[in-house]
Amino acid sequence: MDHIDKLESTSIHILREAYNQFKNLCMLWSIGKDSTVMLWLARKAFFGHVPFPLVHVDTAYKIPEMIEYRDRLARDFGLDIVYGMNETALKNKQTFPDGNCSRLDCCRNLKTEALRATLAGEIKRYRMNHTTGQYEVDTNCEPYTGVIVGVRADEEGSRSKERYFSPRDEHNDWHIASQPPEFWNQYNTDFRPGTHVRIHPLLDWTEVDIWEYIRREGIPTVSLYYNQGDGKRYRSLGCWPCTSPIESSARNVDEIIEELKSGKLKNIAERSGREQDKEDGGGLEDLRKGGYM
Amino acid sequence: MQDNLITFTQKASTVDYREDMNIVIVGHVDHGKSTIIGRLMADTHVLPDGKLEAIQEQCRRNSKPFEYAFLLDALKDERSQGITIDAARAFFKTEKRNYIILDAPGHVEFLKNMVTGAARAEAALLVIDAKEGIMENSMRHSYLLSMLGVKQIAVLINKMDSVGYDKGVFDSIKESYAHFLSKINVIPTAFIPVSGMQGDNIVTKSVNMPWYEGATVLEQMDLFSSPEKLTSLPLRMPVQDVYKFTLDSDDRRIIAGSIETGTLNVGDEVIFYPSKKRCGVKSIEVFNADSPVTSLEAGYAAGFTMTQQIYVRRGEVVCPADAPAMEVSAGIRANIFWLGREPLKKGCSYTLKLGTAKVRAELKEVKMLLDATNLSQSDAQEVCANMAADCIFTLDTPIAFDTVDFPGTTNRFVLTYNYEIVGGGIITSSVQTGGGNLTHSDSIIDSSQKVLSQKQKGTVLWMTGLSGSGKSTLTQELEKQLALLGVVSYRLDGDNLREGLNRDLDFSPEGRRENIRRAAEVASLFADAGIIVLASFITPTNELRDIARGCLCEKYNEIYVKASIEACKARDPKGLYERAIKDEIPSFTGISAPFEEPQSPDLTVETDIMDIERCINSLLEYLADKKYIF
Repeated sequence: MDHIDKLESTSIHILREAYNQFKNLCMLWSIGKDSTVMLWLARKAFFGHVPFPLVHVDTAYKIPEMIEYRDRLARDFGLDIVYGMNETALKNKQTFPDGNCSRLDCCRNLKTEALRATLAGEIKRYRMNHTTGQYEVDTNCEPYTGVIVGVRADEEGSRSKERYFSPRDEHNDWHIASQPPEFWNQYNTDFRPGTHVRIHPLLDWTEVDIWEYIRREGIPTVSLYYNQGDGKRYRSLGCWPCTSPIESSARNVDEIIEELKSGKLKNIAERSGREQDKEDGGGLEDLRKGGYM
Repeated sequence: MQDNLITFTQKASTVDYREDMNIVIVGHVDHGKSTIIGRLMADTHVLPDGKLEAIQEQCRRNSKPFEYAFLLDALKDERSQGITIDAARAFFKTEKRNYIILDAPGHVEFLKNMVTGAARAEAALLVIDAKEGIMENSMRHSYLLSMLGVKQIAVLINKMDSVGYDKGVFDSIKESYAHFLSKINVIPTAFIPVSGMQGDNIVTKSVNMPWYEGATVLEQMDLFSSPEKLTSLPLRMPVQDVYKFTLDSDDRRIIAGSIETGTLNVGDEVIFYPSKKRCGVKSIEVFNADSPVTSLEAGYAAGFTMTQQIYVRRGEVVCPADAPAMEVSAGIRANIFWLGREPLKKGCSYTLKLGTAKVRAELKEVKMLLDATNLSQSDAQEVCANMAADCIFTLDTPIAFDTVDFPGTTNRFVLTYNYEIVGGGIITSSVQTGGGNLTHSDSIIDSSQKVLSQKQKGTVLWMTGLSGSGKSTLTQELEKQLALLGVVSYRLDGDNLREGLNRDLDFSPEGRRENIRRAAEVASLFADAGIIVLASFITPTNELRDIARGCLCEKYNEIYVKASIEACKARDPKGLYERAIKDEIPSFTGISAPFEEPQSPDLTVETDIMDIERCINSLLEYLADKKYIF
């Protein structure tokens, strides 16, 4: 067993536990490389099937290729895909690109609040009808009680404090200091009524591990991650007003791995292209306590 | 291949075959764990560019002396408290291995974080402050490490700079701590005098302590030996789930689970505990594999199909058929450690989770209570937070396990209470329950009554078929098998209804319709009470079956018990066919009255082709697939 085999097996074990223990289970799919690897791990865990819905929070400001890629993969893999959107905030233009709030408040409206309401079933969910290939308003508005999320411990300080199974209270809040312990492959799968559990199968993976796995498995990824001739690529994906590509010549996975391991990105933070992290010393941590991933 | 939307990458094997090791760092609060990690990272240059400088600058601006611990205390509210609050990880490399350093906080109320970290570790660094000496947690942590199965411990005597790098201080702590460890059967791998703050013996050899000739912390990490190979042990694969995804006409039934020890091979004969059912391994299923996989070893998340269809479920353990059996019992004796806010006590119901088995457990007796900080013993019957104890538990259902001498993990369990994991334990032996004269099935029936609503959902299996097709035989056997799983069922048939409730009915068409209507209504009530009803009625016509379906709605599961009329005549258990042929019974189904085959039954069992075991298995699988039993 090599390093990647170990990571893969642990993640699959966690996914199978989640599927067995939670009735209303979903997986968040951000379209990015991490959650796409997680989607692939689900296909491995369930032998080619993905037996729960994939939930995407659309901000209406995602880089357009992300949405196209999402729908194409959903059709190719026959995925049960659901998306939600904070249509009220968008209608009232409570967004950073509209000039009415800060980047962080925009994240709160279009991501944190949209996610909370989508999971709770309080706003419209759109589900792909595979016969027509179109999205329709989902009639199921039951709250999801188990939510699989692709965060990694190496990404950023607050994420390194997570458990594999992490309870969230009625208000989506995360109580870092009073988290129950987790050991011997036993997780906290019981939860109080009204609360839900976040499940983190990728916690032990690093950015390089993710790329190594994409190469090992031949996972189709969105082309935004690669330099397609203009000397730029995205290292981390998000909304276009707040995410910029980095200067890079990496055209394929091999070149990305080389760049991360020994090249120019060796000592530069992954989210350096994400503007919302910079507004305040603990931006992401504050967002996470409120339910952001 | 790439278009502007999707990039398809050619599959390729990974290049980094370097070994991984998890190392946990533990010790009393403020003895300098985070400083040591910070120093390790800074001196081996694994920090992101500018991170160290940024925090040094921040400290300077706030007129606070810089500490390496700040590097790890990434959360701002944590920095104001000055302690690390969870099992944070740091990634780290040497020429030899990839390391994951797990930072386990030392504050007494955060012990559960330490356990979370330590349980994943193959080795530990235990930090003791040279000035303060051995404290409560220095002892508690090493005791927990030994319970959690961490055998390699390097003791770092830190802050040597604060005692003038004095060999005498080091020697005296070393001697008394080694003495303590020997009492709990722990042999430390090394004692190293260090200063995290000044960098002595962390990455570079200290010039301040020429009297020390051993390894630095970094060298010691590479000296830890690799994890024991679990592949040479007998197979243990707890069943996580049984999958049957019908989408895209996938008809595989796959037993899924992670291999704890041993190896799983195609062609192996395996046995499941506790049910003791056997089967052969037909195929190992792997999605996206280049070529068929014929063998998987310990550590892999696996899945296989069986040569015979038998009904098994989550909580059972796959073992080699030819190796010594696992223990199966509803009584266990174990060494446990307790982390719950409320004490472990008698009369409370806990959930015990071992492998994938999950059962209710009650504390029967505390044999011995141990205060791990001073090794004092008592015979109190309650176990408070952070204490260890030797206890006996009784379980509501027998489970399969190994005992402490088995080097795998199938002897370890956790206890949960009030939605949280509150303790862990290692089983030392199996114990007889109820004074030793309770039979196996007695205890199961007893428990099934307690957990009626937890393991089943009420419904009705409407068994339709010719007289003699095997409805009664099947329902009798199914009732028995369900009882063994802790599921309550009830058999309802023409005979027991016509004796009482339906005494007033005759065999006219109207009487038959009313008989079925009443039977279905009674079955419906039983199902509402949570019971699995096994209803055997010939119900020969679509009209009669529609009456039952109409009464039961979604509780109606049509099971066609199919056998040829010749087979039924040959069986003729009640001698009815013989009498019907002699015209002694008017309008007898199959002889003088028609049997209309069900159009689309939910399940068909063909009793003249399948043996009873296969019929029962397909009924159990049906119940499990529909989530009526779980």
